[in-house]
Amino acid sequence: MSAWVLLRRELALAWGRGGGPLLACAFYAGMTTLLPLASGPSPARLAVVAAGSAWAALALSSLLPLERLFERDFEDGALDLLVLGALPLELVCAVKCFAQWLATGAPLAILAPVVSSALGAPLSLAPLTFVCALIGGLGFAFTGGLGASLALGSRRGGLLVAVIVLPLFAPPVIFGGGAVAALAGGLGWTSGLMFLAAYSLAAVALAPFAMAAACRNALS
Amino acid sequence: MITALANPQRFLAFSRWAAPLFGAAAAMLLAAGLWLAFAAPPDYQQGDTVRILFVHVPAAELSLFAYVCLAGASFFGLVFRHALADAAARAAAPLGAGFTALALITGSFWGKPMWGAWWVWDPRLTSELILLLFYLGYMALQAAIEDEAKADRACAILALAGAVNVPIVHFSVTWWNSLHQGESVFTSKGPLIAGVYLWPWGLMTFGYIFLFASLWLVRTRAEIWRRRARSLALKAAG
Amino acid sequence: MLFEGLGFGLSAGEAVALTGPNGSGKTSLLRAIAGLVRPAAGRVRFAGPAGDLEPETARSSGLHLVGHLDGLKTSRTAWEELSFQARWTGGSDASARQALETMQIARLADLEVRMLSAGQRRRLALARLVASPRPLWLLDEPLAPLDSTQRARFGELMSAHLKTGGLVLAAVHDPLPIPARAVELQP
Repeated sequence: MSAWVLLRRELALAWGRGGGPLLACAFYAGMTTLLPLASGPSPARLAVVAAGSAWAALALSSLLPLERLFERDFEDGALDLLVLGALPLELVCAVKCFAQWLATGAPLAILAPVVSSALGAPLSLAPLTFVCALIGGLGFAFTGGLGASLALGSRRGGLLVAVIVLPLFAPPVIFGGGAVAALAGGLGWTSGLMFLAAYSLAAVALAPFAMAAACRNALS
Repeated sequence: MITALANPQRFLAFSRWAAPLFGAAAAMLLAAGLWLAFAAPPDYQQGDTVRILFVHVPAAELSLFAYVCLAGASFFGLVFRHALADAAARAAAPLGAGFTALALITGSFWGKPMWGAWWVWDPRLTSELILLLFYLGYMALQAAIEDEAKADRACAILALAGAVNVPIVHFSVTWWNSLHQGESVFTSKGPLIAGVYLWPWGLMTFGYIFLFASLWLVRTRAEIWRRRARSLALKAAG
Repeated sequence: MLFEGLGFGLSAGEAVALTGPNGSGKTSLLRAIAGLVRPAAGRVRFAGPAGDLEPETARSSGLHLVGHLDGLKTSRTAWEELSFQARWTGGSDASARQALETMQIARLADLEVRMLSAGQRRRLALARLVASPRPLWLLDEPLAPLDSTQRARFGELMSAHLKTGGLVLAAVHDPLPIPARAVELQP
C-alpha cells in the first residue's frame, strides 16, 4: 500500500515540471545525431556501428536523471521522512529505481530501435534492440541508483555518479550489445539476452541493500 | 593474525619493522626475477617480447590481489566499524590503480609487436581497463565526500559492490570475446606455463606481492598518522 | 564529539524542551533518537506498556520527526504533499483534509508549495503531526517561522496531543508555548 503511494509520487515527480522523460529522450536523440555529424554520413560506415552506438548512447542517457534520484529528497529533508515510514528503506530505494525505469528507461527503450534504425541498422534488429533496451534499462536504473545513493552529499553530482557507475554498466552494455551484434551477424543471440536479464534481475535483487546502506550513511 | 593487528598500536609497531623488511625482500625478488627474465631463452613464438610478460602478468595479478585486499579491508571496516580497516582500504586504492596502470601499459607494449596495434580489446586488457575505471571511481568518491567517516563507508559499499561486479565483468568480457570467433585470441599467459619461465614469473609475482605489502603498510601508517593529526587539529580548534 | 553523559527520560503526557546554543547537538540528538544518526555510545530505549519496544518498530510507526527543513517538494501542491505524507505515515486522505482545517491552511490546498510563505510551509510540514497520530513528536525548531498567534495555536495542538498520552521533545531557542521540562545541552 505504502509502496504504491510512493510509486505514484515518484512517477508524478519524474513526469512533472521539466518533463523528465522528454528531456532524457531529447538528450538521447541529440547524442546519436552527433555520431553521423562526427564521423560522416556514409551509410555503410554508420550501419556497422549503428546498433552498438545506439546502445552505448542509451546507457549514457540513462545516467542523466540519476543525479536527482535521491539528491532532491536529501536536500529538502524528505529523505528523513521516507526513512521513517512503514516501508523498509531497501524497498523505498527499489521503488524509486523502479519508478525511474518506468519514467525514463521505458521511453528510452521505445526510442532505441528508432535511433538505431535511423543510424542505418537493419530493421530486423529493431525488436531485439527494444527488448534489450527495456531489460537493460532496468539494470541501468538499479545500478545507477546505487551510484546516485553513494554520491549523496558530495557536491560533484552527475559526473561523479557517472564515473562510479560506468564499471557497473559494463556488463549489461556488453551483454546487450553482444546480443544485438550476434543477431546482426547471424549468430546465437539468446545467450546475450539471458545474461542481460540475469544481470538486471541481480541488480534489482541486490542493489537496494547497498542503496539503503548508502542512504543511511549519507543521512548520519 | 589479522585480529592481532587490528589494534592500531600493535599495527604501528608491526609495520615499523615489517615494511622495510618486505621492501628489502621485494627488491631482492624483483632483482632476481628481472635477471632471470632477461637470461631466459626467447619464446619460439613470441621471441624476445615474451620478457615483457614477466612484468605485465604479475602486475595484472597484483591489480586483482590489491582489489581483494581492498574489498576485504572494506568489509571489515563496514561490518566491524573498524577505523584501521577503513584506513587500510583507503591506502590500498592508489596502489591497486598503479598496478593496473602498469599492467595496461606493459600489456600495450607487449601487444604492439604481437598484434601490430598499441591496443586491442582482448579479455584481459579490457577487464583490466574496467578495473582501472573502478579504482578511479573509488578514489573520486573518496575525494568528493568531505566527511571522512561517511566517505569511508560510502567507499566501502562501493568496493563491495565492485567485488561482486569484477567476476561478472570478467565473465562478460570473455563471453563477448568468444562471440567473435574469427579473431585470434591470445591468452597472454599461455607461453608462461613452460617450465623455464616459471622461475622468473614466480619471482616477479612474489616480488610484486612483497612490494605491495610493503607499500600498503607504509601508506596505511601514513593514513593513521594523518587521521590522528586531523583529530588533534579538530580538538585544538574546539 | 558533540556531547556525552546525557541521559533523560520522557513519559506519556510529558513535554521536554531541548535548549542550548547552536552547535550543541540538539538536532543530532533528535536524529539519534529517530535512528538516523548512530551515537558512538549509549542507547535509546522505547518503553511500551508491555515492555520495551523494538527500536525499528518504534521508529517506523511510533514517532514523527519534523526537522529544520520542511521536506516539501516545491513543484507539488500543498494538498498533494500532505496527502502523501499522511498516507506514508499511516494516516489517510480524510485525516489529511482534517489536518488542513486544523492548521488553518485549507484555503492553500491547491497552491504549489513554492507559492507559500515560510510560515505557511511550516504549518504544512507540521500538519502531518495531526494527520497521522503517532505518540512521539520530535520537533526541531518547530516555531521559528510562525507568528505569535500561530505559535499559540500550535501550543494548543501540543497540549491536546499530550492529553491523549503523547510525548513531545522539541529543540527550541525560545520557550515553548506550553509548560515543558528543560534539558540543556552544553557544547
